Amino acid sequence: MRGIDAGYLVLSAILFSIGAFGLLVRRNPLVMLMCVELMLNAVNLTFVAFGMMLGDIAGQVIVMFVLVVAAAEVVVGLGIVVAVSRRKPGATADDIRVLRG
Amino acid sequence: MLGQIDGGGQLPAELEQLLQSVDATGGAAGVAEIAAPVVAWSALVPIIVLALGALLLLTLASLLRGRIGPGFFTGWTIGVGLVSFVTAIPVWAQVQGWEQSFLWWDPADSASGPFSTLGGAMGVDGFSVLLTMLIALAVVVCALVLSGFARREGDRHVEANVLLLLSAVGGVVMVGANDLIVLFLGLETLSMAVYVLAAMNLRRVESQEAGLKYFVLGAFSSAFFLYGIAMVYGGTGSTSLVDITDFLSTNLLLGGSSVLVLLGIALMVAGFAFKIAAVPFHAWSPDVYDGAPTASVAFMASVVKVAAFAGMVRVLVVGFDTFAADWRPILQVLAVLSLVGGALLAVVQTNVKRLLAYSSISHAGFILLGVEAASEQGNRAVLVYLVAYTFMVIGSFAVVSIVGRTGDAMHSVDAYRGLGKVSPALAATFTFLLLSQAGIPFTSGFYAKFYAVVAAVDAQSAWLAVVAMLSAVVAAYLYLRLVVTMWFVAPGDQTPSRGLVIPVSTGIALVACVAVTLFIGITPDPLTKVVDKAQPVVVQPPAPVANGTGDLNVDQLLGLLGEGGAGGAGGAQTPATGGR
Amino acid sequence: MGTDTVEAVVFVACALIVLGGAFGVIWFRNPVQSALSLVATLFGVAVLFLNMNAQFLAAVQVIVYTGAIVVLILFVIMLLGVDTADDIDAEPLVGQRVIALVIAAGVAGLVIAGVTIVGGDLVSGARAATAAITDDVPNIEQIGRVLFTDYVYALEITAVLLTIAVVAAVVMARKPTEVEPLPQESSSMEPPEPVEPEAEEVFD
Repeated sequence: MRGIDAGYLVLSAILFSIGAFGLLVRRNPLVMLMCVELMLNAVNLTFVAFGMMLGDIAGQVIVMFVLVVAAAEVVVGLGIVVAVSRRKPGATADDIRVLRG
Repeated sequence: MLGQIDGGGQLPAELEQLLQSVDATGGAAGVAEIAAPVVAWSALVPIIVLALGALLLLTLASLLRGRIGPGFFTGWTIGVGLVSFVTAIPVWAQVQGWEQSFLWWDPADSASGPFSTLGGAMGVDGFSVLLTMLIALAVVVCALVLSGFARREGDRHVEANVLLLLSAVGGVVMVGANDLIVLFLGLETLSMAVYVLAAMNLRRVESQEAGLKYFVLGAFSSAFFLYGIAMVYGGTGSTSLVDITDFLSTNLLLGGSSVLVLLGIALMVAGFAFKIAAVPFHAWSPDVYDGAPTASVAFMASVVKVAAFAGMVRVLVVGFDTFAADWRPILQVLAVLSLVGGALLAVVQTNVKRLLAYSSISHAGFILLGVEAASEQGNRAVLVYLVAYTFMVIGSFAVVSIVGRTGDAMHSVDAYRGLGKVSPALAATFTFLLLSQAGIPFTSGFYAKFYAVVAAVDAQSAWLAVVAMLSAVVAAYLYLRLVVTMWFVAPGDQTPSRGLVIPVSTGIALVACVAVTLFIGITPDPLTKVVDKAQPVVVQPPAPVANGTGDLNVDQLLGLLGEGGAGGAGGAQTPATGGR
Repeated sequence: MGTDTVEAVVFVACALIVLGGAFGVIWFRNPVQSALSLVATLFGVAVLFLNMNAQFLAAVQVIVYTGAIVVLILFVIMLLGVDTADDIDAEPLVGQRVIALVIAAGVAGLVIAGVTIVGGDLVSGARAATAAITDDVPNIEQIGRVLFTDYVYALEITAVLLTIAVVAAVVMARKPTEVEPLPQESSSMEPPEPVEPEAEEVFD
């Protein structure tokens, strides 16, 4: 095992956590969207790192799919954000109506 | 009719020669030819019908703008759903090895039995075909509910129907996913469309808030799910369940080396738990159910859960059965929390949509009992419950969509006071569906709960079964409370002042839901017979292309060219030699 | 030896950029600053891809993520106006920050603990199960081969996914004014009796 291999995994774990933390803490939907991108990037990093360690190209191929999902998610997410903001400027995921769950 | 290229003739000599020469070189890396995986088109037809149906609908709606209206859209969607259902029957015939031929299923020239296709990415077994049919029917019923709802709400656009169909594509992909990445993409396809369906009512800001909340938390959970897949990839070296089961059956992962797989399973379970809204991953569901258009909720509550549970069974029970000892405790905790939490929190709700959201959380707890059992009995319980639940829940939300009245806002329990006096038919339907959800005998809910409990007992988790039955009693109280409100309380100021008009389409959907619920409740035998033949399995794909970059397998390519259609799947079991 | 050192140096430098950018995304109150921090992270990840010999992905990462996705986000920020009122101090939901911290720390802790426990071979999986990485074939060709064979089904599904994204954009971009008004606007709290007769016509 090379130290740097572990480094990639640890880095992506930290990146993922930052994204997850930001998504739950920040109230701006656009920033939340960015946090989703952070999380997906962390996963991408993990996939490529595992692919490298396994000597397998699939890790890189999977990243392509994650890219597509990320792009689609941004489109759908931004669409909803724009629709909400039209109705209510300064909208956030649970500002308007406090979670009653 | 399905891609029969040669029609029984011989392959051109040059092609034959080319194939031979490629085979001679051993398909060394760098050769331009690509080893195409075998495609069993017949098994793909139900998916293609749904996807193509959606695209054609979208195209027609924009080309014939103004000339076709909501009626056409609904009719088209129902037609597509039914065609998809019918085209799944030959696949079922192939999997079960029917004696008589049906459509393009011909027992004489096709091999039967479960198989996997597209290089192992798609598994075709009784499990996936049965759930494909269920989703197709759910689309039909949801389209009927949506029709009446959209007409009332003045939504004359086509997109809801298109999204319904595309979302169903994702669901059908999920139930047959033999590859974790395919499963993930199916999940995303399904959810992405549902996010939009939830946010679709542009008149109600609550709808868009619901969509936003669902989207953000959904993306969050998808990321966890994907991270889990990444861990499994590192732990097993593949995302294909075929390869994973192979790997796990030949390699014993112990101690340190199992860490990645365990992490992966835990993260994936978290992702699934969110989609099925199991406590403690349920926080989104009451808010989203409350805010989203009721017709969308009917779809959300049924198809999303069907697909998510199917994926769960396939990944955990089939793919990671060697780790059952590790994931079963997690599911037990989720099941108990969902059963107890769902039932208790539902009791304090004053909004019927939120109440049904919590009740569907408690249903998820019951289905988790079946998954948790990790046995054939458990899979059967999951399937029976999913079939019963789908129709119960769509029917219930169909009633709610009518009682919500124009504006889709009257969802307080008060709006149901004395409904029995004002709209007896509607109240009677709702009463029946609620009793079924409570698990009263002579309804499908009774057998669903019965099988789940039996599966739990068989799997040595009798304590879970006890918890489940106790929670069912609590849940029964809240259903009965609603029934009492409808029949034995005087109408209040939110009760409709006169009989509610049931749109024809919604009426048909309600009749269908009640009929299915009653039928299963009276004679569960037909369903259990079908379900017995619908065990999920992972089968090696024909002519595996797993190793090497450029392996071109002549048999495989000839099989592809020669058999093309329904026979393609059998290509591996009986390798085609020169066309046929 | 030499390449290993270079790889390590690049890794450390990029890791700092990536983490710095990620902190920036969740720290800055101004979403534009967050978006620009995101660019730094994405760029760092792209260089890390290069470091791991994934040249094609590095290019795609820059083109798709920074070139398209972040620009799209910036467009929407501009469209909606920079909303700096987003408060980082007020806690809208009791305990949400604590939950967030627990989840984040939990995931990172578990993975890091896992990595240290594993020791020896970091990955336990089968080597090169799908297709081995070779130096003889260009990276892009290797990806293409697997993309169109083992993952061809997944590739087709992404088509459906993108279609949904397009439909979603159309639906969500529709202005509320484009929605025809209801037959009769009913306020949410009072029973809409007058609507019923008209409704009957609509339903028939």
